[in-house]
Amino acid sequence: MNMNFALVVAGLVLGSCAPKQGVQDRVILAKKPPEKLSAYGLFADAGATIPSPRVTPYVLNTALFSDYADKRRYVYVPQGQTISYKAEGAFAFPVGSVLVKTFEYPAKLGDAAAPVRTLETRLLVRTRDGWEGRPYIWNREGTEAILTPVGGPINVQVHDRQDKLLNIAYRVPNQNQCKTCHLSAGQISPIGPSAASLNRSFSYASGVQNQITQWTKMGLLTGAPDPAGAPKNADFSNIALSPEARARSWLDMNCGHCHKPDGSASNTGLFLTASTTDPSHLGIGRRPVSAGKGSGDLLFDVVPGKPEESILYHRITSTEAGVAMPELGRSLVHEEAVAVIREWIAEME
Amino acid sequence: MLGKLGVTALYLGVLGVTACLLSSCSPGAIIVAAGPDAQARIQAALIAAKPGQTVQLGEGKFDLQDGLSLDVANVKLIGAGPEKTILSFKAQTGAGEGLMVTSDGVTLEGFAVEDTRGDGIKSKGADNITYRNLRVEWTGGPKTDNGAYGIYPVESENVLIEKIVVRGSSDAGIYVGQSRNIIVRNSLAEQNVAGIEIENSINADVYDNVTQGNTAGILVFDLPGLPQVGGGNVRIANNKSINNNLANFGKPGAIVSSVPKGVGLIVMANKGVWVENNEFAGNDTSHVLVVAYQYKDIDDARYNPLPRDIAIRQNQFGPGGTAPDGPLAPLAPAVGGKLPDVLWDGATRWTLKAVSGTSEKSDVVKIQMRHDGPSSYLNLNVPMVGADLRTAQPNMDLPKGDGVALPDFVPISLPQDTPAKR
Repeated sequence: MNMNFALVVAGLVLGSCAPKQGVQDRVILAKKPPEKLSAYGLFADAGATIPSPRVTPYVLNTALFSDYADKRRYVYVPQGQTISYKAEGAFAFPVGSVLVKTFEYPAKLGDAAAPVRTLETRLLVRTRDGWEGRPYIWNREGTEAILTPVGGPINVQVHDRQDKLLNIAYRVPNQNQCKTCHLSAGQISPIGPSAASLNRSFSYASGVQNQITQWTKMGLLTGAPDPAGAPKNADFSNIALSPEARARSWLDMNCGHCHKPDGSASNTGLFLTASTTDPSHLGIGRRPVSAGKGSGDLLFDVVPGKPEESILYHRITSTEAGVAMPELGRSLVHEEAVAVIREWIAEME
Repeated sequence: MLGKLGVTALYLGVLGVTACLLSSCSPGAIIVAAGPDAQARIQAALIAAKPGQTVQLGEGKFDLQDGLSLDVANVKLIGAGPEKTILSFKAQTGAGEGLMVTSDGVTLEGFAVEDTRGDGIKSKGADNITYRNLRVEWTGGPKTDNGAYGIYPVESENVLIEKIVVRGSSDAGIYVGQSRNIIVRNSLAEQNVAGIEIENSINADVYDNVTQGNTAGILVFDLPGLPQVGGGNVRIANNKSINNNLANFGKPGAIVSSVPKGVGLIVMANKGVWVENNEFAGNDTSHVLVVAYQYKDIDDARYNPLPRDIAIRQNQFGPGGTAPDGPLAPLAPAVGGKLPDVLWDGATRWTLKAVSGTSEKSDVVKIQMRHDGPSSYLNLNVPMVGADLRTAQPNMDLPKGDGVALPDFVPISLPQDTPAKR
């Protein structure tokens, strides 16, 4: 933070190209997306850590695992417009809305004081023609991010919580790959900002508040019930919850965006959303159809009581292309999730 | 979409993609030459392409580290030929396939995809797609670690696959799944577990292909539990399915890993399959197996596990059946050491397992056989779907049917395959 603050000050002192203040609606809706992230005016600083007015940070109950990268999320809705609440799936956003997700690594995982390397910022922009994914990759100095529709590899070295050096073959997905995960009934759609994922507290400058309540208070969101009456995903990181609750929440966020009846993996018949109840669709006793070598030497997606014999478990513990699931955005094993999924299958009768 | 037009110039400039200046390429094509940084240059072209535009791949080898994807409608991705333009994925570290197509009206033509970690070329929900004059190959030969499918359209309508060569798939070389209106023709599939597979698909015409040296030549399968079940109206005509005796190298979890080696064609479930004018020879287990889905206790009420309305007409059957593999092997001594050209499992009943309980179902099976030359047939006469083959009481009886004649195959025409375009 201090470093970023210094950059802001430096920018102000130099003052050579002071950007326009605040979010630029005209830039958001322009046919041609800007080459530089800063052109949107979503942030007050060059490192994109200080949101402009009306740009609101949020967190999810359980998030997609992305090689242990930290993520900062923000939502922007144009003045005078509102998001419509939906109990199921992503909320309905007005044209001109932007969802911002910045991926970064502290030099040591979990260390809030460690210097941070920012890798990419993905925007989902609600244009007049629907949602668009726009990947921006940061320069090494962390002062600007450039539109890079082809994505690409970034080699990252960080220390893990045990101080072991991790070499991460991080990949920024290309613009088409955005669609692989964000496809819903043939259209690109946000995944995170749903009632179930947002229904939790957040530490705002004004104090701790439930996000649904706060968004409503701020006039961002209409039609929302009291949070007690809204769906709520389990918080995967909450070890007080049952392995089943944590596992299902993790599967929902990490797999359910493709493994659902109108998602990219619809053809598999394996559906891993939180609302799936049919045991066969959940993979229990299910033989894979198109898993190919991804099935390992195993016969069923989930074998109750036997994680080692379950293809689902096999694929989340692999990092080999063609075997590893999810297919995109993961080169490391999410050890904590693997442990919970293991426990969930082991306990299953 | 995605403001591609605006940033096209940026990619073209930065990434060295040049506009088409040669007289040999289509006007307005984006040309991508072989050379360093192929991943970013091809992907940039596939994102920058306008609907209807051609992306032309030059001669030579393109070394790729990640999957490629195309999501712009009516784009033609054209190479200099399947032996000249080679997309090599030997160093691939990400994505589940080499090339993924998710837009409609795409043509893929004249290049090779080699050594992908997962599937070769996949298209999902991509209607009116043409795969033409392509080669998908795992260059180390048949290996369990090879990718599953070579050519893999799924959940699509109007699929044209022609002049394809596929070698080394650890599942099916050409696999069409949960689709509608399909033509597969003039293609060669060899050294795969299955050469060509039509699965949970409706209206497919598979003709003038060669499947040789696979574990099994051609599969027409319908499986339960998928969004689209109820495959049928499939014709397998004028193909050569020969010497498919390769040891099965599929991973045990894959359905095809249970297929015995030495089979020319397997029809599993489906309603309406016409097997006509094919040449079968040198398949050591049996040339044609007509069987029900092989597992007990089906839990999908929409699904019928029986092969129904099967016509097997005017095929040529050469030597075969003399060295049966798998669960069929023990049957051979009882029937003179050689399994017949055509074998039906004889099942007409199955059990449906539902929340409300287990119930027994049955349906009428009709198999019509008509041959110009000599052929042999056996009915295994198993009591139920999923029954142990040791309970078989083989005889020579065709199914009783219901006295109503078989319908005819309903011909398939594809919008991208008008005579003028052929």
